[in-house]
Amino acid sequence: MLPIVLLSVFGIVVLFLGFSKSKNILLPATLLFLLVTLIANFVDWNHQYLYFNDMLWGNNASMVFSGIVLLSAFFVVALTRGFEQEGEAAQPAEYYGIMLFSLVGAIMMISYENLIILFVGVEILSVSIYILTGSDKRNLRSNEAALKYFLMGAFATGIMLFGMALMYGATGSFVISDISEIIGTRAWNEQSQLLYAGLLMLLVGLLFKVSAAPFHFWTPDVYDGAPTIFTAYMSTIVKTAGFAALYRLLAGSLASLQDYWFATLATITVLTLLAGNVTAVYQTSFKRMLAYSSISHAGYLLIALTSLTAKSQSSILFYSLAYSLSTVSAFGVLILVSQQQASNNYDAFNGLAKKNPFLAFVLAVSMLSLAGIPLTAGFMGKLFVFTDAAQKGTIWLLVVAILASAIGIYYYFRVLIAAYFKEGDLATIRIAPFYKVVLIIVTTLTIVLGLFPDLVLQLV
Amino acid sequence: MLTLLLLIIPLLAGGLVLVTKNNSAKQIALLAALIELATACVAFVQFKANASTQFGFSYAWIPSAGITFSAGIDGINLLLVMLTAFLVPLIILSTFRQLYKNASVFYALILFMQGALIGVFTATDAFLFYFFFEAALIPVYFLAAIWGGENRVKVTFKFFIYTIFGSLFMLVALVYLYSQTPGTHTAQITAFYQLGLGSYTQGLIFWAFFIAFAIKMPLFPFHTWQPDTYTESPTPATMLLSGIMLKMGVYGLIRFILPIVPIGLQTWGNAAIVLSVIGIIYGSIIAVQQRDMKRLVAYSSFAHVGLMAAGVFSKNINGLQGALIQMLAHGINVVGLFFVIEIIFSRTKTRNIEQLGGITQRAPYLTVYFMILMLGSVALPLTNGFVGEFLLLSGVYDYNKWLGAVAGITIILGAVYMLRMFQRAMFGSKSSFTEHISDLSFSEKMVLFPLAFMVFWIGLYPNSFLALTQPAVLNLLNSIHY
Repeated sequence: MLPIVLLSVFGIVVLFLGFSKSKNILLPATLLFLLVTLIANFVDWNHQYLYFNDMLWGNNASMVFSGIVLLSAFFVVALTRGFEQEGEAAQPAEYYGIMLFSLVGAIMMISYENLIILFVGVEILSVSIYILTGSDKRNLRSNEAALKYFLMGAFATGIMLFGMALMYGATGSFVISDISEIIGTRAWNEQSQLLYAGLLMLLVGLLFKVSAAPFHFWTPDVYDGAPTIFTAYMSTIVKTAGFAALYRLLAGSLASLQDYWFATLATITVLTLLAGNVTAVYQTSFKRMLAYSSISHAGYLLIALTSLTAKSQSSILFYSLAYSLSTVSAFGVLILVSQQQASNNYDAFNGLAKKNPFLAFVLAVSMLSLAGIPLTAGFMGKLFVFTDAAQKGTIWLLVVAILASAIGIYYYFRVLIAAYFKEGDLATIRIAPFYKVVLIIVTTLTIVLGLFPDLVLQLV
Repeated sequence: MLTLLLLIIPLLAGGLVLVTKNNSAKQIALLAALIELATACVAFVQFKANASTQFGFSYAWIPSAGITFSAGIDGINLLLVMLTAFLVPLIILSTFRQLYKNASVFYALILFMQGALIGVFTATDAFLFYFFFEAALIPVYFLAAIWGGENRVKVTFKFFIYTIFGSLFMLVALVYLYSQTPGTHTAQITAFYQLGLGSYTQGLIFWAFFIAFAIKMPLFPFHTWQPDTYTESPTPATMLLSGIMLKMGVYGLIRFILPIVPIGLQTWGNAAIVLSVIGIIYGSIIAVQQRDMKRLVAYSSFAHVGLMAAGVFSKNINGLQGALIQMLAHGINVVGLFFVIEIIFSRTKTRNIEQLGGITQRAPYLTVYFMILMLGSVALPLTNGFVGEFLLLSGVYDYNKWLGAVAGITIILGAVYMLRMFQRAMFGSKSSFTEHISDLSFSEKMVLFPLAFMVFWIGLYPNSFLALTQPAVLNLLNSIHY
C-alpha cells in the first residue's frame, strides 16, 4: 500500500514543482521519489499483506514485480535528461507527474485481489500512457498514435469490463480467491457458460495491453509514433505489469480450468511468436523493429503463462526483468543515435563502433540479450521459459519458440552488423555522465544476471 | 581444481589483454596461452588411465533449478583439452609477423574463445555445456567478421545464424531431458544417461542432437556455411574453427548421442552414417577440383570430419578410439596446413595453385614442414593421420563392410588432392609470384616444429594417448543399454 500512497503524493508534488523557476530540480526530485518508493516497496518483505478492505493482496513475488516496474521506471526517467532536447513545447513536470501516477496503476495491476482493482489499475496505467504517447503535440504521427491507441485501448478495456461482469454473474464475486474456490467445487465441463465467456473477454482485454497477437495491431504504429523515451517506458512497464496481472488471474483463480483455456492461450502464443518475429524481419526502422520485438517477447512470456507450472512465476519475473533491462538500453542508444542522425533506421547505426565503442557495446549486449545468446540475462530468461514448456509437456510449443528465436537472431543482428561492420560517418556522440552511468548499470546487470540468475530467482 | 584453473586462466588473461595497449597484447596473450599449456601438461601427466572424471569441481550455479557449475576431465575429453591448450599458443605465435588493427581486442577474443572451448569440453552439466557451446560462437564470429576478407559480413552472418539455429534444437532436447529427470531436476549429463526413454522419444532427441552437431562439424548436407567461412575468415580464426571448434560437434556425438539415445541411434544410425560417408566422398571430390589452397583444405577438413562421425556412429571401440585420436591428429594437421598456406599467401599474395610453383627451390624449410603436415593429412603410415584413419576405417568396416569400403576411398582421394596441391605449389618452375619468396622466419619455425613433432609422436607411439582414453571409451560402450 505504501508505494501506491507515496507515488500518488509524489506525483502531485512533482506537478507543483513544475511551477518553480528552476526546471533543473524536476529530474533529480523524480528520481529521488522513485528511489524512495522502491525502498518503501519492500517494507512488507516476507509478509503476505491485504489492504484496502482486502482488495489489494501481495507477497514477495508481487513486491519483486513492483520492484522491476519501479526500477525500469527509474532507468527510463534517468534517460529523459529533463526533456531539454524537446524544446519549449515540452512540459517536464506534467510528464514526470503522469509517469509517477501511471506507476500506481501498474502496482495495482500487479497486486490486485479484487477484479475492480485490476480494472482501475489498467485504466490508470492506460490513460497515462495515452497522454504520454501524444505528448509531442506538434507532431502528427504522435497525435495519430495517441488517438489510435486511445480508441483501440478504450474498446479493449470495455471488453475487459464486460468480461468481469460476466464472471461476476457466474460466480457472484469479484475476489480472486473466492472465484477460485467457487470454480474449484465443480468440474470444468459443469461450469456456467457465462464464466467461459467472461474469462475469454477478460483475457482479450489484458492480452491487448501486452500486445499479444491477434490484438497487436496497434503496437507498431504507437511505438513508432510516440516519443522514443515514452516508447521505452511503455514497452517495459506495461509488459511487466500486464503479465503479472495475467499470471495472478490465471494462477490465482483459474488454474483449475487450465484444460479449458490452455488451447486458446496456446494458439495465441503461437500466433504472437510468429507475427512478432516474422514481421520484424521486414522492418527497416530500428524503432519499429523494437515494436515487433516487443510483440515477440510477449510470445515467450506467454509460453510460461500457458504452461503454468510451479516455476512459471519466477520465469515470468526473470524474463520481464531481462527484457526490461535490454529494452531500456536499446532505446537509450537509439535516442542518442537518432538525435544525431535524425533517423530511426538501421542505416543510422552504420559505423557506430568506430567512434562510439561504448554505445556499440551497450547495443551489442542489449541485442544479444534480446536474441537470447548465452552470457546475457535474455538467455537465462528463455531457458527458464522453455523449461516450463517442457515441464508441461508441450514440446511442439517449444519447437515453435525455438524457430522464432532463430528468426529473432537475424533481425537483432542486423543492427549489430550496421554498428560494427558497416562503414559510416557517425561522429562521436557526447553522452552526459549520468546517462552513461545508467547505461553502464543496465548493461552490467544484464551480464551479471546472465551469469548468476539466482540473484533474483532466490527472492521468490 | 586443475580444470577450474584451465577454465579461468584464458578468461582472466583475455580480460587483461583487452585493457592492455595494442603493441604488447600479443606477448601477454602468448604468455597466458603458455601458462595454460603448462597447466594442461600437469593435468596430462597426472591423469590416471581409468574411467573416472578427474580434477573436477562442482559449485551451485542456479540452485533453484538444480543447475551446477561443474566440470572435470575424463578419458573422453582429455585429448581435446590438450589439443586446445596446445594449439592456441601456436595460433597466437603464428600471428606474430602480422599486424592486426585493434590487436588487444583481437588477442582477447582468441583467449575468450579458448576459455569457452575448454568449457565446452570439460562441462559435466548439460546447461553449462550449452552455455559454453553458444558462447564459443561469439568471439569467433567477431574475429571472422571484423578481420576477415571481402565478403566477411555476409558469410559470417550465415555461419552464425546457421549454427545457432542448429544448437537451438539441442536446447530443446536438453530442456526436455532435464524435465524428465526425477525429483527436483538435475542437469548433470550423467543423470541423462539413466533416463531410459521410449524409442519414439529417443528418435526425436537423436535428430535434435544430430542437427546441432552436424551443423557444427559440419556433416553433409549441412556444410554449406563452411567453405566460405573458412576461406573468408582471417587465418587464426580459420585455425580455431577447423582445428578445435569442429571437434565440439564430434565430441557432442560421443558425449550425448551415444549414451543418452542409444535406441534412437540404433533406429537412425544407418541414415546418420550414410550421410557421414556421403560427406566423406563428396568433400573429397570437391577438394580435388579446388584451385584456392585454403578452400581445398576446407573441403578436406569437411571430408575428414565425416569419417570421424562415421567412426562414432559405428559405436565400437575402434571407431571411438579412432575418432578421439583423429580429432587430435586432424587438429594438428589442419592448423599446420592453414598456417603454411598463410605463409605462402602473405609472401606471394595468391593462394591459387595454378599461379604458384617452384617454391621448394627458394624455401627448403617451408617445403619440408609442408610435406610432413601434408603426409600426416593423407594418412601415411608413421604419421598421426594413419593411426586415426586406420582405426576409424576398421571401426566403420566392422559396422558394415560396404560402408567401410566406400569410406576407404577417402584415403585415395585424399592423396590425390593433397599431393596435387603440394606438387603444383612447391615443385615445377617458378612463377612470377614465387620468384622472391623467402624461407621461414624463426617464429614461423617455432610454430611448425611442435606441430611436425606431434605428427611423428602420434604416428610412432599412439599408445601414449590411446591408453589414456581406452578405459573411458570402454566404460562408455558398456554403459549403453538398449
